[in-house]
Amino acid sequence: MSWISDRAIDRLRDAAAWPGLDDRYAITGVAGRGGMGTVYVAHDRVLDREVAVKVLDLADQKGSRAARLTREAHILARLDHPGIVPVHDAGVLPDGRAFYVMKLVSGRRLDEVLAGSSPQALRLDLFARVLEAVAFAHAHGVVHRDLKPENIMAGSFGEVFVMDWGVAQDGTADAEPAIVGTPGFMPPEQEGAHVVDARADVYALGAVLAQVMGTDPAPALAAIAGKARHPDPRLRYQSVEELSADLVRFRSQERVSAYQESLFERGLRFYRRYELPILLLVAYIVMRFVLMVAGGV
Amino acid sequence: MSFPATRLSVVERTRSLDEETRRVAWATIIEAYWKPVYKYLRLKWSLGPDEAADLTQEFFTTTLEKDVVERYDPARARFRTYLRLCLDGFASNARKAERRLKRGGDVTVVPLDFQTAEGEMARHEGSVDADVDELFYREWVRALFERSVADLKHHAEGAGRTAMFEVFSRYDLADDGEARPTYAELARDLGLTATTVTNHLAAMRRQFRQIILTRLRELTSSEEEFEAEAARLLGSRR
Repeated sequence: MSWISDRAIDRLRDAAAWPGLDDRYAITGVAGRGGMGTVYVAHDRVLDREVAVKVLDLADQKGSRAARLTREAHILARLDHPGIVPVHDAGVLPDGRAFYVMKLVSGRRLDEVLAGSSPQALRLDLFARVLEAVAFAHAHGVVHRDLKPENIMAGSFGEVFVMDWGVAQDGTADAEPAIVGTPGFMPPEQEGAHVVDARADVYALGAVLAQVMGTDPAPALAAIAGKARHPDPRLRYQSVEELSADLVRFRSQERVSAYQESLFERGLRFYRRYELPILLLVAYIVMRFVLMVAGGV
Repeated sequence: MSFPATRLSVVERTRSLDEETRRVAWATIIEAYWKPVYKYLRLKWSLGPDEAADLTQEFFTTTLEKDVVERYDPARARFRTYLRLCLDGFASNARKAERRLKRGGDVTVVPLDFQTAEGEMARHEGSVDADVDELFYREWVRALFERSVADLKHHAEGAGRTAMFEVFSRYDLADDGEARPTYAELARDLGLTATTVTNHLAAMRRQFRQIILTRLRELTSSEEEFEAEAARLLGSRR
């Protein structure tokens, strides 16, 4: 036996993990590693385009992880939406590992975007697109169950992709105990539950919004995030559409359902919403007054 | 992929009633662990080559065989972690006694090539400062891969596939400082087409993975431990 260097060991680890789909997909690199698999960057030789290939680490004896990955591919194939990454192909490698091929998404994760100094308006634009994608999934009976900034990709042209649907609940058929999700983004009712509803994602989106709005947000915006992640699902927004509608009202300087504003705040909001007409009206009145006074003299 | 209906790890086989089964199981454990143990004693415990060699022999021939495996509970720790902790205790006791332990009854289960292991010591990078568990793990991986590459070569030569192994060796075993050749360069050097290089590499990598996983399954005590080790070794939990 000859000595194997540390670098050679790393190469051998990559070699042993290699999915070996070279007939169709030439693997060119690793895009990322997740909880149960690796995402490779590959060139699709047939369609001459770059794709991402998600491959399970191991063909587990129970087959539960393979089933989960395959189910994720099926969910993605069904959810045809601009904010959800499209799947192109799926299958099982000769060694039993499940895989699927999807669009290669380039951009930055939302947590990376939020770590930068992007303006709040831009962040809220991105968040609004996330809401659209999640609402679309809910309309098709799919609850993501692990929404967080790390699972959201933002492209260079403002496009947004909600990723990692591996633990999504598809209808109520897959009654797998939901030890899934991420602390801080997972609602209390999700822990150990067999089935959750769309309000579980509303909670997670509230937690995402709390990060999107940054420090020192407007009270109404903070109230929206607070209502979305209320521990009691009955006191949250009952759907992503409701959350989205309140967010639209906030951005339009309208009254939001989540926040009881004071008279002063209502006046201030009214002023901000109609700032230009109010200023024109005031200018007009001032001018008339000046002319009246001048005419009197 | 088919899975064995029942699994019997080497640890369990050391308790077999059949003497030959026990002998092979011990040989497998020693083959997988003697180099990590020797290097760990050299690096972590700062022992000299002779003392580390003596303690390695002693650990495997006397202490390990008599006590350690009997007390091992798979529910509490991975065998590798357990073994390393036992080794720490063993080395600590030896140091406290301030004596060089004698080799265990002059019994050598498998010949251990300490000279080669010592020669490899010079090639370690920054090992002294490494986390002790990580150090032991890395040496265990190295021993596992060295054995698996040797197995792959043996299988390839036996099946008349030396060209396939050559492709694997030159592409995936390229050592430090060596630029990895492209498929086209390999094809030119070995008088093959680029497609053949691709196919050879894919076949060897599949077989290498299978050898690794077979050995890993043998060295772990439960399916859960096997899956965790495989994920750490080859998967996303690196």
